[in-house]
Amino acid sequence: MPRVVVTGTGVIAAPGNTAAAFWQSLVAGASAIREIRSVDITDIRFKNGAEVRDYNPDAYFDPAASALMDRFAQFAVIAAREAVTQSGIDFNGPKSSALRETTAVITGSSYGGRAAEEAGYFELFGNHRTRVHPLTIPLSMSNAGASHICMQFGIEGPAYTVSTACSSSTHAIGQAFHMVRSGAAPLAIAGGSEVTFFIGGLKAWEAMRVVAKDTCRPFSLERSGLILGEGGAMLVLEPLSSALARGARPLAEIVGFGMSADASHITQPIATGPSRAMRLALADAGLAPEQIGYINAHGTATEANDRIETAAIRAVFGPHTDRLAVSSTKSMHGHALGATGALEAVASVLALHHGVLPPTANFLSPDPACALDVIPNHARALQVEACLSNSFAFGGLNAVLAFKTWHPSQK
Amino acid sequence: MIDKSIQQRVLKVIATSKRIPLESVTADSTLESLGIDSLDRLNILFDLESEFDIQVDDEQAKQVTNIQQLVAGVQTLVEAKPPAKPAISPAI
Repeated sequence: MPRVVVTGTGVIAAPGNTAAAFWQSLVAGASAIREIRSVDITDIRFKNGAEVRDYNPDAYFDPAASALMDRFAQFAVIAAREAVTQSGIDFNGPKSSALRETTAVITGSSYGGRAAEEAGYFELFGNHRTRVHPLTIPLSMSNAGASHICMQFGIEGPAYTVSTACSSSTHAIGQAFHMVRSGAAPLAIAGGSEVTFFIGGLKAWEAMRVVAKDTCRPFSLERSGLILGEGGAMLVLEPLSSALARGARPLAEIVGFGMSADASHITQPIATGPSRAMRLALADAGLAPEQIGYINAHGTATEANDRIETAAIRAVFGPHTDRLAVSSTKSMHGHALGATGALEAVASVLALHHGVLPPTANFLSPDPACALDVIPNHARALQVEACLSNSFAFGGLNAVLAFKTWHPSQK
Repeated sequence: MIDKSIQQRVLKVIATSKRIPLESVTADSTLESLGIDSLDRLNILFDLESEFDIQVDDEQAKQVTNIQQLVAGVQTLVEAKPPAKPAISPAI
């Protein structure tokens, strides 16, 4: 099977509107969690979130084009543009028609454009109108991100959207990886995008009673829940041989993908599903547990997730757990639901590329139930051989990616 | 002192929400003994907030492990509510 590498990353999220800016914030341990501004939170019981601030669609799109795209689809395209530019792929070149016809676009989103849908339904139920805007469906459909990426680059290959709540974009990247590795597609753009700041969605999270009143403190004894985030992140995946043949510089190698279902409870996690997904990712990658030096944890900062994830990691890694660094970057970019796995995949790739492990920000004191080296508050300069990126969704659907540091000497 | 009418309404909300016989829910029950899991707990809190027109704080809700605590908590919130405003006669 061909080796598959990541040759481009793109990000728009609260810590930064490019992958480089995002990474700089992560390395600085700078949390982008602030008071929510984009919606009226007077009647919401929590006040903080990780929003993409000062976002101006006109800086990215012709107004006629952005009118056809919900914010979540715009985030998908913005991240894809950056990832494609960085990869150096040219979809408009004289010999690129075959590439356009076969490239895969796989995106993840939990809500899709539900904010647009909410606005339409408010016209019916709130304003008692008898009709909704004709773009309500094209704006709100969850595959709009994938469709707009295809239209942006003229990509005509396999394209679809995965919706598995908080694992959506990890499943999307994993499936894209398998498609490229199997030869089903010569190139893939994969990731996710999400918008979480709209009243109905915030109210639904409020009712779940899992959102922190202060901030996101993963693995910390003082943690009191998650903080919602939003954004988009995309990766360009291609065979190592193709990347090298066209002179591209791989950022990291993607080597494994594992997935599992808890089959237990619709919201309450158990350790066996996550640990099986991690084992399957390691097996898919052909990696021994001892080769993993870092895990970008799901680390939502809910009481249950962090405790259960710790148990799952210990079950997989045994004594090696104490030699592993584990951090949750959600402490900085928030929980962007269907986009969060892609944000964390980018963080993982860049951690390997730069030889720096991003920290768990907002950490106060250790919880004995989460006995892990969580890289508290300050990034760590450490070149690890390989890492995992964990995503565990409500509904018990787990997805784990494995990445490996790529050295030019490995050609 | 426990207000028995509040207690009875709390027990009824729990029985209805959890879909269990009212007689199986007593003031001495624990949430665990009634098989109430984290999601059931959310449903019960939601229904109690509707029933009594109160707002239960997340952190306080996390401390509750038995029905007595739940009744006492609801009673405190009900008693802390401002008195209902008298109905205003429509202007003539």
